[in-house]
Amino acid sequence: MKKLTTMSPAEFAATYKAWIGTVIAVLLILLAPSVMSVYNLGLLSKYLCYAMVAVGIGLAWGQGGMLTLGQGLFFGLGAYVMAIHMKLSDIGPGQVPDFMAQYGITEVPGFWELFRNPVIAVIGVAAVPGAIAALLGLAVFGRGVRGAYFAILSQALVAAFSVLLIGQSKTTGGTNGLNDFKGFFGYDLTDDANKQMIFYICAFLTLAMVLIVWWIRRSFMGDLIIGVRDQENRMKFLGYNPASIKVFAFSLAAMFAGIGGAMFVPVVGIISPSDIGVTPSILMLAGVVIGGRTTLLGPVVGTLLVRFAETQLSEAYPSAWTYIEGLIFILIIAFVPMGLGQFKGLWPWVKEKIGLGGAAAAGAAAGAAEAVAGAGPAAKTTSPTTAKAVNA
Amino acid sequence: MNMLFPQIVAGLSNGSILLLAALGLSLTFGQMGVINNAHGEFMMAGAYTAYVMSTLIGNKGVALAVALVVGFVVSGLLGLLLDVALLERMRSRPLDTLLVTFGVSLVLQQLARDIFGATPVYAAAPEALTNPVTVFGYSFSAGRLFIFILSIVCVAALYAVLKLTPLGRQIRATSENRDLAEVSGISTRTVDHVTFFLGSGIAGIAGVALSLLNSISFNFGTTFIVQAFLVVVAGGVGQLKGAVIASFVLGLCQSAIELPTSASIGQVAVFLIVVVFLQFRPQGLVAIRSRNLA
Amino acid sequence: MTRFPVMRRVRARAAATMCVAAAVLATGGCGWGRTVAEKEALEAGSASAAGTAKSCVDTSGSSIKIGFVNSLSGTMAISEQTVSDSLHMAVDEINAKGGVLGKQLKVVQQDGKSEPAVFAEKAKTLIEKECVAAVFGGWTSSSRKAMLPVFEADNALLFYPLQYEGMEASPNIFYSGAAPNQQIVPALDYLKEKGYKKLFLVGSDYVFPQTANRVVKAYAAGNGMEVVGEEYTPMGSTDFTTIVNKLKFSGADAVVNTLNGDSNVAFFKEYKASGLKAATTPVISMSIAEEEVSAIGVDNVRGQLTAWNYYQTLGNKQNRTFVRNFKAKYGANRPTSDPMESAYTSVYLWKGMVEKAKSFDVDKVKAAADGVTFDAPEGKVKVDGENHHIYKTSYIGEIGDDKLIHTVWKSDGPIKPDPYLKGYDWAASLQSDSSGESGSGTSGN
Repeated sequence: MKKLTTMSPAEFAATYKAWIGTVIAVLLILLAPSVMSVYNLGLLSKYLCYAMVAVGIGLAWGQGGMLTLGQGLFFGLGAYVMAIHMKLSDIGPGQVPDFMAQYGITEVPGFWELFRNPVIAVIGVAAVPGAIAALLGLAVFGRGVRGAYFAILSQALVAAFSVLLIGQSKTTGGTNGLNDFKGFFGYDLTDDANKQMIFYICAFLTLAMVLIVWWIRRSFMGDLIIGVRDQENRMKFLGYNPASIKVFAFSLAAMFAGIGGAMFVPVVGIISPSDIGVTPSILMLAGVVIGGRTTLLGPVVGTLLVRFAETQLSEAYPSAWTYIEGLIFILIIAFVPMGLGQFKGLWPWVKEKIGLGGAAAAGAAAGAAEAVAGAGPAAKTTSPTTAKAVNA
Repeated sequence: MNMLFPQIVAGLSNGSILLLAALGLSLTFGQMGVINNAHGEFMMAGAYTAYVMSTLIGNKGVALAVALVVGFVVSGLLGLLLDVALLERMRSRPLDTLLVTFGVSLVLQQLARDIFGATPVYAAAPEALTNPVTVFGYSFSAGRLFIFILSIVCVAALYAVLKLTPLGRQIRATSENRDLAEVSGISTRTVDHVTFFLGSGIAGIAGVALSLLNSISFNFGTTFIVQAFLVVVAGGVGQLKGAVIASFVLGLCQSAIELPTSASIGQVAVFLIVVVFLQFRPQGLVAIRSRNLA
Repeated sequence: MTRFPVMRRVRARAAATMCVAAAVLATGGCGWGRTVAEKEALEAGSASAAGTAKSCVDTSGSSIKIGFVNSLSGTMAISEQTVSDSLHMAVDEINAKGGVLGKQLKVVQQDGKSEPAVFAEKAKTLIEKECVAAVFGGWTSSSRKAMLPVFEADNALLFYPLQYEGMEASPNIFYSGAAPNQQIVPALDYLKEKGYKKLFLVGSDYVFPQTANRVVKAYAAGNGMEVVGEEYTPMGSTDFTTIVNKLKFSGADAVVNTLNGDSNVAFFKEYKASGLKAATTPVISMSIAEEEVSAIGVDNVRGQLTAWNYYQTLGNKQNRTFVRNFKAKYGANRPTSDPMESAYTSVYLWKGMVEKAKSFDVDKVKAAADGVTFDAPEGKVKVDGENHHIYKTSYIGEIGDDKLIHTVWKSDGPIKPDPYLKGYDWAASLQSDSSGESGSGTSGN
């Protein structure tokens, strides 16, 4: 690696692409509240919750080839853990939530009591989905269940989970779900300053997840995951255990979904089975499909785009939106299977056409003034996510 | 009073419904590897055919018979269109068909809502099928008996087509070794289209039959699709025998578990049984032995 | 087994970036606002807690905005579209007669998409972004429960048109549908009067059937009746063979049905196909209205009973006008039903409150609510200012060949709403349980 001082701006941008991207993302996140209303910030926070799920799907499906139609299960587990904690801290010790009182229950059930402790709750939102995914993964991947079989099983599980939630309405709130929360770890949810903080948490969590996936992709583990996706048997012959590699990626994706679900609760103020059923779970894939399943930022960008479009279009044209959703899956998967990521190859071509490449090359020989101009476009390639995040 | 006998009948009846819903899926998934998420919507198309026929034709019995034929053709053609327009170009990536067909199912549902409205409709059934039949002093639904018989007839017919006709031989040859079939002079492209037409057409028949028990609305198919998938997975790919056994076992299990517990526990139990079962038989009940490792 | 040679390298990078993330979070850590404890202290300090949220309603122009939130898509769209239609009809009528306090009403319609979370989001949009004076809509209890905190936090008004399970009285919601004592209790009184003793309960698995059946069980225990079976099915479930088997073998002489939507179709088809008959084992339904009858197929439900507070066949003058106008506006084949009538009435009740208060201000409207009356299609209704429900007449009806429901029994005049069933001795067991209820459950101001 060259010394910093001898690097051209273009080289600098290329070498420290991720760092530059991160710094810009952090700045944009910090700036967002000053340019957006509290209402829009709330919507953006909600989109980010789905984006977290999408980052995980990108890892499990795009990298690992595990098409999971059941992320709603993990999203729901994280959300319900968080909701249970928030409900308990609202009502205080010795009381039961109002819906339980309606059913005549006088004592809070045991699995609720577990999450009264805030530390356990915070760990639980990632650990519970992660552990369940690991168990499930060990069971099915160990036995060589994959591809369509895995997809169908994951779908069946999320269906079973939502039936169970509805069936056990005395302890889960049933179709109503859990709602009417007052505080988030003691902070008043109606206060704008707190809403802003919750946005920061969502945004930085998303950023952290993107960075984690970035490391994995660059690391040897990333190669293993892709290896298992493309040539599972060859990996086996090389002495690796494909099941444990898959379990690793799948559990991580489940944790991301759980954390996304957990943040969904303070942001939206409700979690119910209708947020996590079969169809919502597949729709969590929509953004990944659009953005490009194998790209790093695609899932996030795609999810923010599609959720933003949903808010905008579904109000004005409710039935048209369903067609659009359907067409997203049909047209993109059939004709542009890598989504927006497919157009990535066009970038150098565009750069050449509009002369930016020349500017960057010239920058190598030129002084500091041109360095800024050269770094500009290069940095942009790394952080369309955050730019869109703020615009949304 | 003894509930055992009526519960066994209920279980068999549930099994026949599952079988009818899963039969077409089993064919397309098994022979072609396509996971058709729009299968439920093809059933919906069949159900709406039954509704349209019942409004057009005065005699309800004739209407039902015509609907069974027209439903088969309508859903079959929808399937053929889907296969020609989209799925054909995706033979090399079967997993992606799952998502494409999900998109198709969203579009078809919305289309049904725009054409027939959001309000559920119902197809008037022949009087004889809405009344009970009495066997050994127990009353049973004649409509369910009809569905049971129909499911057996469909399985038998499909079996006959696959085993006894030249077309069936070509379908089996294509699914067992596509390249060898191709060099033997079989147009695998045509065979695929015909297979998909057949599988989708059976969904249409299922839709017509199940409209006897339900109202018909745009989400008609979603009720059955997840369980139908489970039957296919548990039964083993590409084997009619597996699908038949799996349907009836799951139907009986559900009735047995539901009796002392509740309907929701019954449903959850069926899901869990399949997951646990796959622990022991990851390739399903009736697995094709193969040396193919990939 | 698996080798993870990668971990060492990752760890260094992970540590570095975790530090960055931690630092970012730490710098932002001072941005938190007030805590729940501070908010409660604040509210305890000022007598009128509601003043914390400022309203952005614009009353200066010649028109005033009101909001509707109904599911126009998703599984509930079928039902909720009808409510949206009758709400629009009420507004058009009021505007044609000069509006409210001389201002024309301007409707902002939102789609709740059959999802509670969306209802909450849209309610927020209506109140905070559209600045409407009042919101009308909601159908499922889930949607109401999801919207309730939004209306209480912003001190806004919701008019909820459905009959529901009771045990609630938010100061920010007016409930124009029946409380349990205006629907479930009269239904049971009717069964008792007719000599039915053994009840079988069947319902969809959600809060209304569960709570309604608690009331039924308490009533049965206190009135010499017996509950011989209680079954719930997941929403949208269409397999009723086992449940109907259980029903046949239970020895029940009447069925109390709280299933909703599509499940009714499968249930009644199975009921009929198994040889049960309305004459011997009648089903009394809490959620089947006129528009559901044609979807279920009148052949399957002829002669069965329903409990509501309104039928299209009611003979009074207001109802004849209401039915005529509705059919003129939306088509001759469209039936009118209880939820539609209740929604229609709720707009007029709000108008009455505003005119009595001479203001659109939420607190003034609430203060003026008590005793506001309206000659509704269901008969005369009156607002109870204490629990925000309304006095309603109860009707038991029988489903006829004409796909309409005909009254077979009615209560002696409007019944006072009693959402917590405090006035019934047999319901004492229900009271003690709900004493632990926190937050919004308490009565209005």
